[in-house]
Amino acid sequence: MRNQAPALIFGIVFGALLVYLFLPGAPSGPARDAQELSKAEQENLAPEAARGGTLRVVRERGELLCGVSQGLPGFSNPDDEGDWRGIDVDVCRAMAAAIFGDASKVRYRALSAKERFTALQAGEIDVLSRNTTWTLTRDTVLGLDFAGVTYYDGQSFMVRRDLKVSSVLELDQATICANTGTTTELNAADYFRTHGLEFEMVVFEKTDEVIAAYDAGRCEAYTTDASGLYAERLKLKNPDEHIILPEVISKEPLGPAVRQGDDRWADIVRWTLYAMIEAEELGVNSANAEQMKKSDNPSIRRLLGVENSYGQNLGLRGDWAFQIITQVGNYGEIFERNVGKNTPLGIPRGLNALWTNGGLMYAMPVR
Amino acid sequence: MGSMIKSWLSGAIGLSDDNALARGFQDPRIRGWIMQAAVLLLAALGIFELVQNTVLNLQKANIASGFGFLENPAGFAINFSLIDYSAQSDFLRAFFVGVLNTLLVAVLGILLATLIGFSVGIARLSPNWLVARLAGFFIETLRNIPLLLQLFFWYFVVLQLLPSQAESLTPGGGIFLNNRGLFVPRILWEAGTFAPFCVALFASLVLGFFARKRFAFEGWKVLGIAVLPPLLLLLVLGWPLSLDMPVLEGFGFQGGISLIPEFIALLLALSIYTGAFVAENVRSGVQAVPKGQVEAAKALGLPSGLIMRKIILPQAMRVIVPPLTSQYLNLTKNSSLAVAIAYPDLVLVFANTALSQVGQAVEIIAMTMAVYLLISLGTSLFMNWYNARLALKERGTA
Repeated sequence: MRNQAPALIFGIVFGALLVYLFLPGAPSGPARDAQELSKAEQENLAPEAARGGTLRVVRERGELLCGVSQGLPGFSNPDDEGDWRGIDVDVCRAMAAAIFGDASKVRYRALSAKERFTALQAGEIDVLSRNTTWTLTRDTVLGLDFAGVTYYDGQSFMVRRDLKVSSVLELDQATICANTGTTTELNAADYFRTHGLEFEMVVFEKTDEVIAAYDAGRCEAYTTDASGLYAERLKLKNPDEHIILPEVISKEPLGPAVRQGDDRWADIVRWTLYAMIEAEELGVNSANAEQMKKSDNPSIRRLLGVENSYGQNLGLRGDWAFQIITQVGNYGEIFERNVGKNTPLGIPRGLNALWTNGGLMYAMPVR
Repeated sequence: MGSMIKSWLSGAIGLSDDNALARGFQDPRIRGWIMQAAVLLLAALGIFELVQNTVLNLQKANIASGFGFLENPAGFAINFSLIDYSAQSDFLRAFFVGVLNTLLVAVLGILLATLIGFSVGIARLSPNWLVARLAGFFIETLRNIPLLLQLFFWYFVVLQLLPSQAESLTPGGGIFLNNRGLFVPRILWEAGTFAPFCVALFASLVLGFFARKRFAFEGWKVLGIAVLPPLLLLLVLGWPLSLDMPVLEGFGFQGGISLIPEFIALLLALSIYTGAFVAENVRSGVQAVPKGQVEAAKALGLPSGLIMRKIILPQAMRVIVPPLTSQYLNLTKNSSLAVAIAYPDLVLVFANTALSQVGQAVEIIAMTMAVYLLISLGTSLFMNWYNARLALKERGTA
């Protein structure tokens, strides 16, 4: 019996190997690995279109997985009661309203700048709505698809008032704090190089650490998107001691992104956004949407699903836009509620006004 | 039962018991080889599938793959680099900046941790009550606070306490400490004098080592042999040195050498934290030396310093070195916490910044892991060699 045990082990290993290699119909590599993944992951990793798409997965799950920031006031930030608030959050809520008729069916995932794309690529979230700049690289080789712009931003610099600096051009030899993994880092390097200025960059992974270092005097300036500066300034010990310099050194169109390859899902995000902008343009808001159903304006009747059911073309319910507007609001309401004049951020509409008011917000016609 | 299965197996793969392969099964050596080959094959197959599956899934998701991105300009700036780097340099260069920064903090950290560890470890065994208790307090406190918190302490708390650049702390001599870091003068060499000096220094160091080994020269004599010739050379060359002093200009200090606070904080945190562990290793090593050794040395009338250096430590090293290796490996790997306080190490520069600019997580994380693996294996190899050198040489065994 002395030699039996090793022989037995060997027999099992070798036999298993043989069965694995030569048994007809043995699962091939990728398919076998896919079986080991959970069902949701499998749906996401496979080409969605062939399997009924992200929309079906979201419907079956009963909630939308929405990637947001780790806390940026006005865009995505938990309030005193732990509920997420902000423009980016409202985009996800609007999608949930359009899909489920219930804006609350969203689960939020707080992501760092570094994690966000991987989380979307890997299917951990359905939509990335996290003050993310739309760039060519991200739209192509990162496997993302941007669905529109929720906020036209630009990069600026914040400095201490007592530094007596009134322009970025006076920041030669300065030390600048920023977030790693952002377009900010690249823009700053470009800007200082084109203007022949020297600078030193200190980059942190978390915004709270950038702010702490800036507050401790590690750097002269803090740079990020202007909206972010307004928001982060509120976290400083004495917000009044800091000014935001007038230069806007880059274009930062922020918008929601989805995975490439599921056009129908991208359409849903895109038209959710357009519906909110269109509603503002047509004067439909959360308070008057019900009455507006009786409007004679055919554009309003189409938007609210009274005439024709464009929602079904999107794979959604007929009253999708009505649900978005009554539960979340039109774009103007969302803007004013989260970052507008009456909020601590107090950001003017500027580029984010409707095209009819000299801004860039322009919805494609809902028809 | 076993034989039943075995014979069934032999039957199943079309072999009878008297077949050559079946007889091979009976031979443990051959069976061992076949088993090794089968396991190897399985492992290779598993890896192949993993890679293939990943590539396939990346293609499906339209995510770029491959290492072509390494030649693209990085576009971001790095504020601490041992080699020339600018935002126009490519990702490969950014990668090396990160590797070198990691190596720098790891090597200096290991040296400092060893120094701290040996001093504190020996101090803990001191007959002086106060010294021993202080050392014990140091060890127990620092071993038991998470490294990340210590890192934040050294960075954010100390940074807050340090004055601004205009009010720098300075002991004179062109050394300044403020919330932008430590600024020290840089030694400037006249053209063509640095290389000969290095050669001279190296030669005299070898000479000193030789003198120590061969002629049992000690202490000051060795130092003299190692230091005097290069100094003489400098005098002959007419003292071709000058100092480049850091001067506060505009927003910062210009000239000199600047050590950013992130580097100093990381180095301090790593070496003090690891030093506390090393101290315990040293204590266990020293206590492992049989008491008789010390008593014998005392009986010979040797002074206590000499006993420590010549009798205890050489024997204690055999116990100290293996766990010391683990501490060195830990320190190197822990240096990746740099990312929390913005020291541009490999993880921050490459696995963080570059990754989010390029988006190719698989390639970048694989490269990063490979670097840590290589550094760790290198450290391990060196320490194993050193350990083997220290091991008791047994003589007379056939």
